[in-house]
Amino acid sequence: MATESTTDFTLDTAAALAAAEDEGAIEGKSPWYLAWRRLRRNYVALAFLLLFFVIVAACLCAPLYKDHIAHTGPNTGHLGETFTRDGKQVAVVSKGGFGQNGEFHAGGIPVGPQFWHAGGKYVLGADNQGRDVAVRLLYGGLNSLAVGIGSAIICTFFAMLFALLAGYYGGKTDWIISRFFDLIWAFPVLLLAIALGTALSINGFHHFGINIKSGSLWIPTLVISYVLIPYVGRPLRGQILSLREKEFIEAATSQGASSWRVMLSELLPNIASTVLVFFTLIIANNILTEAGLSFLGAGVQPPSASWGTMIADGQSRIATAPWLAIIPGIMIVLTVLSLNVFGDGLRDALDPRAKVRMEH
Amino acid sequence: MIAFVIRRLIGALLVLIAVSFITYLIFVKIPGGDPAFRIAGRTATAQNIEDIRQKLKLDAPFYEQYWAMMKSLFSGSLVSYSSQLNVVDQIKAGIPATFSLCIGAAIIWLFFGILVGIISAVTAGRWSDRVITVLALIGISLPVFWLGLMARYFFAQGHPFAFMPDGGYVPFTANPWQWFTHLLMPWWVLAVLFIGFYGRVLRSNILDTINEDYVRTAKAKGLAYKRVMVKHVLRNSLIPIVTLFGLDFAAVIGGSAILTETVFDLKGVGWYAAQAVQDLDLPPIMGVTIYATFFIVLFSVVVDLTYAWLDPRIRPT
Repeated sequence: MATESTTDFTLDTAAALAAAEDEGAIEGKSPWYLAWRRLRRNYVALAFLLLFFVIVAACLCAPLYKDHIAHTGPNTGHLGETFTRDGKQVAVVSKGGFGQNGEFHAGGIPVGPQFWHAGGKYVLGADNQGRDVAVRLLYGGLNSLAVGIGSAIICTFFAMLFALLAGYYGGKTDWIISRFFDLIWAFPVLLLAIALGTALSINGFHHFGINIKSGSLWIPTLVISYVLIPYVGRPLRGQILSLREKEFIEAATSQGASSWRVMLSELLPNIASTVLVFFTLIIANNILTEAGLSFLGAGVQPPSASWGTMIADGQSRIATAPWLAIIPGIMIVLTVLSLNVFGDGLRDALDPRAKVRMEH
Repeated sequence: MIAFVIRRLIGALLVLIAVSFITYLIFVKIPGGDPAFRIAGRTATAQNIEDIRQKLKLDAPFYEQYWAMMKSLFSGSLVSYSSQLNVVDQIKAGIPATFSLCIGAAIIWLFFGILVGIISAVTAGRWSDRVITVLALIGISLPVFWLGLMARYFFAQGHPFAFMPDGGYVPFTANPWQWFTHLLMPWWVLAVLFIGFYGRVLRSNILDTINEDYVRTAKAKGLAYKRVMVKHVLRNSLIPIVTLFGLDFAAVIGGSAILTETVFDLKGVGWYAAQAVQDLDLPPIMGVTIYATFFIVLFSVVVDLTYAWLDPRIRPT
């Protein structure tokens, strides 16, 4: 097992010696800079980060695509209409009946992917209500990404806050927060999310002066962030508990730093790298959760599109119109994969132990 | 040890009560409006609504409503609102399918997860490790219901590469071979995510353990490579996997296989829950949630005990 980091060691030494010769002193480098230097060399992780940004950018261009290329909205049905393909008229959703030779055609089959043969219309085909799949895919992507990123921000924020409070104050505060984590933890995650998502989608939420309409994207966003808080909060709390006992905290307190100052400028920077890695991986996880919820009808509500609802719509058409389920699925896989690969690279770059792990 | 077990069991009971209460609040209180009206469904008459109000004691304070529901659940007389079927009987009817799915998938994911983890750790940095890492990352990025749909679309009867039966559940007692072939696809679909995940966790555990001092000592003593890997490295690396497996298995048994069951028309507990959610049928959701929480709580106690047995440093006090 060749786990010694011989190559990197010599490289670093050479660089350090060179720097020492030039300036006569060894320059100090921040851990963030060192992490960035490691990440910079990980081309795979960076390539997947680029893929993620390309997907986000494409979804953000949805309104442009709608107005200038497809000329139809994400929820506009075109049942019974026709479009021109290579000079011929084609029905968006086939009518069915008997052909010229007396053979029977089942009706209601939407048109398949046209790519650029129909001048930008139905690039990825139509669904059973005659809606343009490509337009829905981009708008659905916007919704999926909004729910995934939004819930990751909310979830990470509250998990971080609770972990800081529980880890710093300890005692009763820690007891209450830990029991709160335990309670959510004891719930079957998906079942709780489905139960909440369904209950909230009936009338929305109108308690404590908060008004959220049913069908709002806030519902799946808040539901997902709520059920996943302990999964981020627990490990962070553990980390803060051990940091709390370190000398630098004692030093800060003895210099008269307030508890908020200790939490925000002493503890927080020390968990920042863990939070960052969690954040990336939680976005990926939340996009998957949103898709699952929407697939079961407890997430993004129709007629709004999301990748999950599009797969649910395509499920019943899988035999005659497989692209309806295949295309949004591929989008989910690409997005989640890009985040997972990048998150992985990020962890290797930020975690000093990763050096030992990866070296061969 | 006995005190620890008793304390854990009391804690578990408290968690169950809290969970059932929260579930009740979620379904009765959050949506607002008149619960009786909602529960009765779209085609309800005034009499139906009045009946429900009576039965659920909706005019009484909510703790009495909650108590009434829990009493009927544990005496086994709780019936669903939409189908009028007994909830406990329905959950029992779903258990064979759910257990068949989960136990089979668990065997697959545990075996292949460990295998994949070992191979990729032992060959770390070489091409087999790279291929496994890529496959594992793809595995954890697949939405399970989409993978199920694709498996059905490509491999089930009446589709391009037809060699598998298409969905549904055949009881083991009716026809063991049919039971096996019908479950083969769902098993793998459910297991893929966990194989990727366990493989990666085990890989990094093994690579961490290899650098421990006691492993170097074992090597220095002149022990055979295989013996060091199995007795010293693997044994210690598997401990975190025990925790993961216990909790994941509990979650899956408790209804987290809801997506796989729905996609493959396996009429198990998760499928029952999915149906109930669509009808906004409160009693089955209560029943399934308590059933699921029971398994999660039970397995977390089991995991703690196994952990203490495997690692003497963390004996419970």
